Amino acid sequence: MEGTGSSTTGGSRAITEPVRLTVNGEARQLAVDVRRSLLDVLRDTLDLTGTKKGCDQGQCGACTVLVDGRRVLSCLILAVSQDGATVTTIEGLARDGRLHPLQQAFIDHDAFQCGYCTPGQICSAAGLIAEGRARTPDDIRELMSGNLCRCGAYTNIVAAIRQAMQPS
Amino acid sequence: MIGFEYARAGTVADAVRQMAASRGAKFVAGGTNLVDLMKMDVERPPKLIDISRLPLDKVEEIATGGLRIGALVRNSDLAYHPLVERLYPVLSSALLAGASPQLRNMASIGGNLLQRTRCPYFYDVATPCNKRDPGSGCPAIGGLNRMNAILGASESCIAVHPSDMCVALAVLEARVRVAGPIGERVVPFAEFHRLPGDTPQRDTNLDPDELVTAIELPPRGFAAHHTYLKIRDRHSYAFALVSVAVGLEIEGGTIREARLALGGVAHKPWRDAQAEAALRGRPAGEAAFAQAADLVLHGARGFAHNTFKIELARRAIVRALSQAARGTPQTQSGKKIA
Repeated sequence: MEGTGSSTTGGSRAITEPVRLTVNGEARQLAVDVRRSLLDVLRDTLDLTGTKKGCDQGQCGACTVLVDGRRVLSCLILAVSQDGATVTTIEGLARDGRLHPLQQAFIDHDAFQCGYCTPGQICSAAGLIAEGRARTPDDIRELMSGNLCRCGAYTNIVAAIRQAMQPS
Repeated sequence: MIGFEYARAGTVADAVRQMAASRGAKFVAGGTNLVDLMKMDVERPPKLIDISRLPLDKVEEIATGGLRIGALVRNSDLAYHPLVERLYPVLSSALLAGASPQLRNMASIGGNLLQRTRCPYFYDVATPCNKRDPGSGCPAIGGLNRMNAILGASESCIAVHPSDMCVALAVLEARVRVAGPIGERVVPFAEFHRLPGDTPQRDTNLDPDELVTAIELPPRGFAAHHTYLKIRDRHSYAFALVSVAVGLEIEGGTIREARLALGGVAHKPWRDAQAEAALRGRPAGEAAFAQAADLVLHGARGFAHNTFKIELARRAIVRALSQAARGTPQTQSGKKIA
């Protein structure tokens, strides 16, 4: 693949590797600097800026996406390690012009103020529902503890997730 | 982050061979700790050997009893594995007490063993740290040390091991299977991690070119009488100030076997053979539990900001032993401490 190889800039070697990803249903072929996180590739290379860069250290959850259906932190994943993976971001949750039930529930319950943590909250909640481990509000709080909300919208976030967990 | 070479390992032998050929290289699986440390320039490996596609992702019963857990099993998959939930609930509970669901979905159990300390001076490359830069000094001893050790520390280092899982594995007396250039060996859990002494740069007795391939659990799982009690600054997603894993076997109110390990207090999961011996043969009750706690903590030493952890640990030990004896283990969802 073009762009693959190594070059030296500013005393630090930049090595790129080919990576194939399926992002929100679309096949992508990329040459990525091995140092880049999946988060940076999503935001800066693929222009999917819905996924947010909060702490960039795995402590806030704003960068949560689904990889092969499981919720993970894209800031601590080297994109090069994900060759062949299927990634779903907040931009990929709606279907046929209709919001994902979690997106609708967050609106219904006013489950945000500034909105910066919201894409990560919703992707994390989608993972939580797929895992099927949460039964009670206590379970939801515990299993959403990887997503911080500095506006403090937690009460409404739990209510929104409970709504989305109801069988439709 | 500095530039590095990246290669995937095809087999365990290939991984070990690549490591032997690349001085300073690191294995990477989940990356949850290593990538973070590389971003902070604490780790600067010239090469990463990606082992995440090796076939070490199985949980299998051992024919002679016990369980073999591949090193690449994800923390969440192990926590919710039906055999672990049924036979080794203290391990399931400790795993669910650690990190967040996203991190547990990423982190391998082999990597969990090899987590580095979260001492803030280890992470801050602008400060000295004997663990990061041997011989440079330990600013934690006279600095911010609220999260640091009260047991087994040295003049060189007062860091603690951050893992919850490892505290449960200490109680279960797990074995760590490793592969190296001259073949496989099995390391008893108590000999896997090290105290800091004057070589705090070494967290474990693993050689640099060895790869963790599996964790093995003996049959004894303490399913009837166990707990993992974790005390921390917030209810979830925080490292332990003090944690206690307990496994008991009780017959007619008398303790027949007792295992007790502490997290958040030392450079490795902390066990005390005297305290465990003092519990055996005694009636399961507050008197025996308090005596065991005193034995564990008689050599404890606090620093400016963490002396409170000595009394906290004493009470947590008594509470955890009571929970285990009653058969009412701490839940990791509802946070009420029974």
